[in-house]
Amino acid sequence: MRLKLVPAETSFDFFGKWKLWLGISALMMVVGLASFLYQGLNFGIDFRGGTTIRTESTQAVDVGAYRGAIDTLELGDVSITEVFDPTFEEDQHVAMIRIQAQADGEAISGEVIETIKTTLDTVAPGIKFVSVESVGPKVSGELVQTAVLAVVLAIAAVLIYIWLRFEWQFALGAVAALVHDVVLTIGVFSELQIKFDLAIIAALLTIVGYSLNDTVVVFDRVRENLRKYKKKTLAEVLNLSINETLSRTVMTSVTTLLALISLYVLGGDVIRGFVFAMIWGVIVGTYSSVFVASTILLYLGVKRDWSKPTNTTGNQFANIDA
Amino acid sequence: MLQIDLWKRVLIWLVCVTGLLLALPNAFYTRVEQANDAAIEIVAKGETPERLEIVNQWPSWMPSSLVNLGLDLRGGAHLLAEVKVGDVYAARMDAMWPEVRDVLRPERSTLGTFRRQPGPDDQILLKISKPEGMSRALELVRGLATPVTSLTGAGSMDIEASADGDILTIQLSGAERLASDDRTVRQSLEIVRRRIDEVGTREPTIQRQGVDRILIQVPGIGSASELKKIIGTTAQLTFSPVVSRGSDADANPGVGNKVVPSLDEPGVYFTIESAPVVTGEDLVDAQPAFDQNGRPAVNFRFNTSGARRFGDYTAENIGSPFAIVLDDEVVSAPVIQSHIPGGSGIITGNFTIEESTNLAVLLRAGALPAGLEFLEERTIGPELGQDSIDAGKIATIVAFVAVLVFMMLSYGLFGVFANVALILNIALIFGMLSLIGGTLTLPGIAGIVLTVGMAVDANVLVFERIREELKAGRGPARSIEEGYSKALSAILDANVTTFITAVILFAMGSGPVRGFAITLGLGIMTSVFTAIFVTRVMIIMWFERRRPKTIEV
Repeated sequence: MRLKLVPAETSFDFFGKWKLWLGISALMMVVGLASFLYQGLNFGIDFRGGTTIRTESTQAVDVGAYRGAIDTLELGDVSITEVFDPTFEEDQHVAMIRIQAQADGEAISGEVIETIKTTLDTVAPGIKFVSVESVGPKVSGELVQTAVLAVVLAIAAVLIYIWLRFEWQFALGAVAALVHDVVLTIGVFSELQIKFDLAIIAALLTIVGYSLNDTVVVFDRVRENLRKYKKKTLAEVLNLSINETLSRTVMTSVTTLLALISLYVLGGDVIRGFVFAMIWGVIVGTYSSVFVASTILLYLGVKRDWSKPTNTTGNQFANIDA
Repeated sequence: MLQIDLWKRVLIWLVCVTGLLLALPNAFYTRVEQANDAAIEIVAKGETPERLEIVNQWPSWMPSSLVNLGLDLRGGAHLLAEVKVGDVYAARMDAMWPEVRDVLRPERSTLGTFRRQPGPDDQILLKISKPEGMSRALELVRGLATPVTSLTGAGSMDIEASADGDILTIQLSGAERLASDDRTVRQSLEIVRRRIDEVGTREPTIQRQGVDRILIQVPGIGSASELKKIIGTTAQLTFSPVVSRGSDADANPGVGNKVVPSLDEPGVYFTIESAPVVTGEDLVDAQPAFDQNGRPAVNFRFNTSGARRFGDYTAENIGSPFAIVLDDEVVSAPVIQSHIPGGSGIITGNFTIEESTNLAVLLRAGALPAGLEFLEERTIGPELGQDSIDAGKIATIVAFVAVLVFMMLSYGLFGVFANVALILNIALIFGMLSLIGGTLTLPGIAGIVLTVGMAVDANVLVFERIREELKAGRGPARSIEEGYSKALSAILDANVTTFITAVILFAMGSGPVRGFAITLGLGIMTSVFTAIFVTRVMIIMWFERRRPKTIEV
């Protein structure tokens, strides 16, 4: 007996309520953007400079006492949060201390770190600094630029690739889905105020890759079916293609999510934000390849005459044999 | 139908076996690492029975390259430093000034008197009393210029001289500045490398980044501040004539002189000549030592030309004070008692033993041509790294098992084929990472976990296709054949696009992000390989042996 998540034969109508789906997506994007503009992102030190110290102590963390001690040093804006994680030992109490960027563009000096440590030692004897990261504002500005550039470049490269392999309508549909995924991911990070650092940019690009993977598989089937069923309307072909690939879409999403969820639960708190972004991205990316990319394609329409040799590029690798 | 040439089969299995062999050392990480270290020690320091025993922990005919662990997994310090390339301009101008003076002096009849004016550090401003002589002065100064020795600056001269009324300005030309910046950064890189090597930490990464930055990563070091103590000091040592000694930091030193504080006497300032007699560059050796009173000191020795200049100067200036200056602070200012020939001497001061040892290291490795500004520093404790490795291991194993079980439940025997391919896939990723000396970081582990999830995608595409073909009433062999050929374009398109993003991540990212891009990119390559070659060979071999009338996917 085989485990089947999707029945062997499906004929869901994915476009009957396409206005509703596009509406929901548009609404979520607006909410995400509004949240981004209104409360912004909780940028990590990679992007706004400053210092984070991860402390470890055998006694419970008393945020108030930590704060009281550090405030005497007058380092400006300091935030202290306790970190909880199921992977910690019983007497492992971890806190993250974030200190704003100090003047003069440089990273924080070793002496300041030593002073902080001796000060904290008075309220939490035996405290250890398991990691200290400091980024000067000069670099963080450049990191923002590079990050934005990386995302834009990735999307542009993909746009060109799909345009070459398919048609411009497919490229636009795919890119609309990508923008949708990126905006929703940024939106959720802004809404939940999860720390947004360089690793999240990596996650964003992976989401771009994953979402695209999904979209391309659907589009590949659409291209094939457009040649096969010359009489069917575009909506019918799209619907058929999505139904035919549905089983694969669900299978792949489930295996990827299985892997990611185990990493989320067991992988420790250091990469939890990163993994969260990817889980979110897989869900949103799967949704968008069906409800955004294909819907846009339907809206734009597509040239049906695939008989010309120039348009059969999809077959040029088909002769590859093992 | 359904055939793969023998040589192709052999090749495919050969690739897999090679991958497994290359990945194997990583399963015995500590043992292989110790063996490798011992092998290096034998080459460097000679063979001892203990070292030989450690080397023999790992058979020498096996591959022994390991995946490097990133700083976030191993713990260590990371520093990004910017070289203050502008520092060099001022030094160049100061060095140029005597030359300019000497070439203009004989022409006083046409120029009148001339005097250096206070101005920006990277220029020489000269006031000439007879402005009519300016063109002659320009001509003379320009005669001092030499062609720039760099590819991009070919054809231009190293200095520019311009006149404004009675003021003559000399500065480095644009091309020379570029060439000088490049030299400065390259020298700094070399000096930083030498200093870190002197201290003897293992596997440091010292790279140039961008135009004027240096990235330094040292695994296993306790903190970035420790590292900064070694590489943050410029260690410019000069032996300079003392003009006067006083207690006013803002005293007017006069042109060509400067005021510098004393290192261990607060409130004491020395006025010294800017142009030193001898500099640290002329040192050939420096060793920690003790002076006649038993206090820590540093012994040094000059090269021949340094020794001659030092000897001549001391012979001419017996009885006058003389300053040993380190990074614009006077370490000591003894009075010259006698002519010092031979070119060796001792630096005394209020040193601790540690300080004198450090100073000797710095002097041996040489001075940085310019100061360093630290833009980014990260220290990751080894405990945190170990925690991350442990958590990552458990998460990867659980993810792996979950996917394996799920695939088997969904596709039965074909699922098992896909699972074997998946295991090979992970081995291939580790094998390739070891081969190219790639670095595994925490996001890199996430990349592998993501690959575990996504690697089955290509197989899923094929299996779903085979199901469809079977449903359409084709025979088993034909269905398998069609399944592979029809799924191919989707597999390639989907993976090429993901690969593009991995490449962009690699190009734009740094550190951990780059580690993620590497594992993601390798994961894509290996998963495509295993899906379209390995599972296919397995399925075909199974099919040839069994010749089933019907298959269930």
